[in-house]
Amino acid sequence: MDMAATNDIEKKRMHPHKFVLWIAMGSIVMMFAGLTSAYIVKRNDGNWLEFPMPSVFWYSTVTIIISSLTMYLAQKAFKAREMARYRSLISVTAFLGVLFAVLQFVGFIQLGHQNIPLFGVKSNPSASFLGIITGLHVLHVLGGVIALIVIFFRAHRTRVKSYNSVPVEIVGTYWHFVDILWIYLFIFFNMVGTG
Amino acid sequence: MSNEAVLHAHEVSHDVHHGGHDGHHHHENFITKYVFSQDHKMIAKQFLITGMVWAVLGGLMSVLFRLQLGYPEASFPWLEDILGKWAKGGHISAEAYYALVTTHGTVLVFFVLTAGLSGTFSNFLIPLQVGARDMASPLMNMLSYWFFFLASIVMLSSMFVETGPFSGGWTAYPPLSALGDASPGSKTGMDLWLIAMALFVVSQLLAGLNYIATILNMRTKGMSMTRLPLTIWALFFTAVLGVLSFPVLFSGFILLIFDRNFGTSFYLSDIFISSVGALPNEGGSAILYQHLFWFLGHPEVYIILLPAMGMVSEILSTNSRKPIFGYMAMIGSLFAIAILAFLVWAHHMFVTGLNPFLGSIFVLLTLLIAVPSAIKVFNWLTTLWRGNIRFTPGMLFAIGFVSLFISGGLTGIWLGNSALDIHLHDTYFVIAHFHIVMGVASMFGMFAGIYHWYPKMYGRFMNNTLGYIHFWVTIAGAYLIFWPMHYEGLAGMPRRYYDYSVWESFKQFVELNRFISTVVIIVFAVQLLFLANFFYSIWKGRKVTTQNPWESTTLEWTTPIRPGHGNWPGEIPEVHRWAYDYGKDGKSFIPQTTPVGDDESEHH
Repeated sequence: MDMAATNDIEKKRMHPHKFVLWIAMGSIVMMFAGLTSAYIVKRNDGNWLEFPMPSVFWYSTVTIIISSLTMYLAQKAFKAREMARYRSLISVTAFLGVLFAVLQFVGFIQLGHQNIPLFGVKSNPSASFLGIITGLHVLHVLGGVIALIVIFFRAHRTRVKSYNSVPVEIVGTYWHFVDILWIYLFIFFNMVGTG
Repeated sequence: MSNEAVLHAHEVSHDVHHGGHDGHHHHENFITKYVFSQDHKMIAKQFLITGMVWAVLGGLMSVLFRLQLGYPEASFPWLEDILGKWAKGGHISAEAYYALVTTHGTVLVFFVLTAGLSGTFSNFLIPLQVGARDMASPLMNMLSYWFFFLASIVMLSSMFVETGPFSGGWTAYPPLSALGDASPGSKTGMDLWLIAMALFVVSQLLAGLNYIATILNMRTKGMSMTRLPLTIWALFFTAVLGVLSFPVLFSGFILLIFDRNFGTSFYLSDIFISSVGALPNEGGSAILYQHLFWFLGHPEVYIILLPAMGMVSEILSTNSRKPIFGYMAMIGSLFAIAILAFLVWAHHMFVTGLNPFLGSIFVLLTLLIAVPSAIKVFNWLTTLWRGNIRFTPGMLFAIGFVSLFISGGLTGIWLGNSALDIHLHDTYFVIAHFHIVMGVASMFGMFAGIYHWYPKMYGRFMNNTLGYIHFWVTIAGAYLIFWPMHYEGLAGMPRRYYDYSVWESFKQFVELNRFISTVVIIVFAVQLLFLANFFYSIWKGRKVTTQNPWESTTLEWTTPIRPGHGNWPGEIPEVHRWAYDYGKDGKSFIPQTTPVGDDESEHH
């Protein structure tokens, strides 16, 4: 079979796995769209506690934006075959992802200190929504961290060398996606939640 | 061929020790072939047979609660033998009745008509009809089945817990679903219901992603989107609906889980339970759940119906020996239905105190669905018109689908009007409407698909005589069961009541209810006949001797009679024309793989 020729044709078509990722991201968007519209509906119902976002969310926002930058550089390093650089950038990205999750959790604790419980019988739906939406987003970030760890170890394999950039590109796209998703949520909470 | 190159180029680059990877030499043992199979055809059969198990269980539940409705005075000692404390003295208890109604709904809507129908035929037909070796991700495909299997196990186990399965209706509205103290079924039964449904959503998402990616990305050479059979278009829109609406249901479930277990108040406010007292929850709204639920719930109706529509289009055209009438209009109407599916959810909520102005917008959007639906019906009838019809069992069920879709669709126009719905809401009129148009019609689509593609699945035919008996009893039974329910509903008979004989206004229906219940038992027995036919024919059915027994144009009939993993032994055939060249230029049919000749009249 004339592999080279068919590959040339196929270059124009998106890799099926990448395509699956795009649809999956659409699906995730629908989940958060459902939650944020429920948030708006509930807010207009009354009995809604208004409170400012925890200040630490600003730091977590900066963290996740930086992590997108390191992810981008990691992809560039991979394509340039600079594997050592790629591995360290991947590690930094994963670390920043974990740091982001920790900072979000610190934000929850901050709210607790202000006597705004997220869950439990004394909680107001506005705080519970914040907890659930942010918590689900953190789970998606941690899913990305696991994917980063997988491609990190793949880059360490000696028996099999892979220069296929598809897995790295998939993880990269997903990573930028959860970043943008958080920026949307952050703006949403600041505009709709407290305004 | 093209998609093969994509996948294999990828594999080769992964594994430097495995240079020449040509062809498909899988070493299969029992486990990888029949259990953890990644072959889409085997996964389709797994979905089908699991769906059948659920259909029998769900159908049996309806037989049991119809016994109660038809014979509220009678006592059946054997019921106590099988149901134990749920049927003391041979009477189904009220709790058991509500549990049966709830589980019947959940099982039939999700486990049979979503997983069993679209799971089976999306898996089976998509790779075969678009010309692909397998799905975009066979592993995800396998996982999708096993998540469904896990969901099935959890749902099944909920029937055996001491407090019984969930009994607050298949829609699981709070507060009944959110408060364990609200009813016996709201305790462990509801926990298991939620876990099962969460697993089910995961299964549907994995499946839907795969279907969409396969259809858009893995079509064989020459298979442009407008050459696809309508089955694939319908399964495509089904998957899109699922992928976009199931996450919203999932978010509704997450909020419900927090209300149940973590003391939040999304759906709960100002509630007093007689055994517990006043609850501290404040500020929640049960209507919020209804919005989230029906945002899935309405598309779900089309998730169930569209696969049946697609298969019926294909089967009607093949067995009328005529091209489908209005191919592009069929795609356009599928698209319109898919869009409108997301814009009509509030018509389930006309009596929740919805703003009447908002209600009138939802009335308009709901009635708009009549337009694409009518286009489809018109095209099916014109496809049949003056066709050279072959009345195979599959064809009969396809025609039966059209009949049921018309009968059930017309009452949809009634219910879509909020002014009428205020009277008809939660009556037997609604039961009759959605059972005919969504339940039985989709079952007919499924039966049509099974009879029609059985030769491809098992290399044998099902018995025709049994198929005809199955069809005629089922269609007569479907109308005899659900037609009278319209009258009961118009008279105001509410759904979900345990015993109507104690109500002065509904005593007139005692005999009618008994009649319906009797027909239910007969129809259920005939479904067992169908199952016997199905399983007997797997081993003993008449063997298929030609590659293309229905003289059909589509790609699945160019594979060997019993295709292996990879579907085509050689290269995947190239496609040169659309899927509906029947009765063209004096030829009975021209397969999609035949190149267009010079002397041919205009082609698609």
